[in-house]
Amino acid sequence: MSDKVANDVIISVRNLRNQFGSHIVHDELDLDVRRGEIIGVVGGSGTGKSVLLRSIVGLQKPTGGTVNVLGIDVLNANEDTRAALEARWGVMFQDGALFSSLTVRENVEVPMLAVKGLDPDIRRQVADLKIAMVGLPYNAGDKYPSELSGGMRKRAGLARALALDPEIVFLDEPTAGLDPIGASAFDALIVELSRSLGLTVFLVTHDLDTLHATCDRIAVLAERKVLVTGTMQEMLDVDHPWVHEYFHGPRARAASDGKQNTKNKSGGENGN
Amino acid sequence: MTTPQRPRLEIEHDSAAGTLRMSGELSIYTVTEAKTAFKNAREIDKIDLQTLNRLDTAGACFLLDVQAKSEAQGQRVEISGAKPEATSLLKTVKSALPQPTAAPITKPFFNRFLERTGRDVAGGVLYLIALTGFLGIFLHRLARALCHPKEFRVTSLVHHCEEVGLRAVPIVALMAFLIGVVLAFQGSTQLRQFGAEVFVVDLIAISVLRELGILLTSIIVAGRTASAFTAAIGSMKMREEIDAMRTLGLDPAMVLFVPRILALLLMLPILGLIADVSGLFGGALMAWIDLGISPEMFATRLVSGTSVNHVMVGLIKAPFFALIIGVVGCHAGMQVESNAESLGRMTSNAVVAAIFAVIVADAIFSIFFASLGI
Repeated sequence: MSDKVANDVIISVRNLRNQFGSHIVHDELDLDVRRGEIIGVVGGSGTGKSVLLRSIVGLQKPTGGTVNVLGIDVLNANEDTRAALEARWGVMFQDGALFSSLTVRENVEVPMLAVKGLDPDIRRQVADLKIAMVGLPYNAGDKYPSELSGGMRKRAGLARALALDPEIVFLDEPTAGLDPIGASAFDALIVELSRSLGLTVFLVTHDLDTLHATCDRIAVLAERKVLVTGTMQEMLDVDHPWVHEYFHGPRARAASDGKQNTKNKSGGENGN
Repeated sequence: MTTPQRPRLEIEHDSAAGTLRMSGELSIYTVTEAKTAFKNAREIDKIDLQTLNRLDTAGACFLLDVQAKSEAQGQRVEISGAKPEATSLLKTVKSALPQPTAAPITKPFFNRFLERTGRDVAGGVLYLIALTGFLGIFLHRLARALCHPKEFRVTSLVHHCEEVGLRAVPIVALMAFLIGVVLAFQGSTQLRQFGAEVFVVDLIAISVLRELGILLTSIIVAGRTASAFTAAIGSMKMREEIDAMRTLGLDPAMVLFVPRILALLLMLPILGLIADVSGLFGGALMAWIDLGISPEMFATRLVSGTSVNHVMVGLIKAPFFALIIGVVGCHAGMQVESNAESLGRMTSNAVVAAIFAVIVADAIFSIFFASLGI
């Protein structure tokens, strides 16, 4: 993997069109995601952020366009190719979407059951490792999803998404419904895992703090397409009214101030 | 990378130097092979990863596990030649490696069996106590509604009467009609052997009026209504609507339980009567077709041979069954937790418990009436 160039594109969406009845959600939508980056998709409610995610992972058949992930045409791949591809990405749904009849450990083991001939002890060990990596306590593995808090369920969902060491993880609103402390801990977790495991992260979010804290690049969905993509700094200079409002609104200012403060603080400490 | 190919791992064991050289890919797909290779190879003090192309967390976890296990046996295993990514992965995994706590002690089978039986019995007793408590709440709120009619919601009662009673009429009538037909048909074949075809009227009348009419109606209503009560109240409980009611000063028992159970209490006797009539009609029709007993003869025989006591015995049970079904359904609804799974479980539990309780109550009534000689 390391011999690849830094900005090779691993997800490429071209001319995507999604239509529900007469309601057009996406039209001529293009998006590229590069290997190793954390890309955040933002947009107002109803702009089809989740629909885009679902189209890429093949849960939603688009009306038109092509989706290419890791060099494979997702929409026209045969079942074997798709199955092989699915082992190379992981999806975390909004509320974890854990199987409620299984314990957390069994949930994390589910993707590994597809690996033929895997030693059960190793499977269990790896599941425990993943549970520990996402910051859950050791005894959480024996619990059922209904016994966990929302934040813990999200972490468990992430552990399941990471079970097979995917190259890409898709996160749907990873910090929605978490308290600020839990949300920033989750942000830090995403960054740390992405660095240490070399993950490409595709995250859909509303949370400006998450965008500041984690994303290398941001893609803004508006007017049925990806309006702009770029770093946070570039977003601030876009003069589309919605984008401007989004990144210059009172909440955005608070989030960016927070980021500045932490930077200054850590800078100061380093200086001392 | 575009075509999926089987990941390969090659292991060379240099026993003289005690070195194990791995090349290819050590990932979740190949880690089982590595484990077998390690079992066969002894006296390793160095694992060389120079030619390893890919290492994932499962592989890293395995390597660290091997290292930890040999260390516990007083032997040091060195991992060398790892590429920078692999080194950082090993570091990450090492820092995240869970510290296993002692496995919980499992009790022997007999103890577990004893414990479970004890819990089940205690659970059953507590359930009965809870149901009795629920019945108490209902009666208290009903009495309160009589004293303060303004607190009572008539609209809600009428709505539930329609849901529970009127909408159930077609299915109850059809069911009873078919039961009448079946009884007449089965009875006639048996009674014909003795030349006592005409007693088929008594057979139908007594069995439908005394037992089957009301029992089967109650079973259908238990399936239809107990589940509906549980689902409606349970989904309100799930979405915290019941808590919202409490904070707004509304009493859930008064608003939700009283109209539902009262509607059932009023409607079940009527449904039972409809079932009785429909069952007799079905029986008469079949007797006419199959045995040639004309409707007039059926009516004469019915009036002369069957005392009105049978109808009373049947219908007196209806309010009790209604109470059972209503209380079980509402109680199950209140037990729903905040997940959808418990809603489904409680709904099916409510139906099973209501049907079972109705049949038990019917058996008790039978014994009671038999000992009174009615």
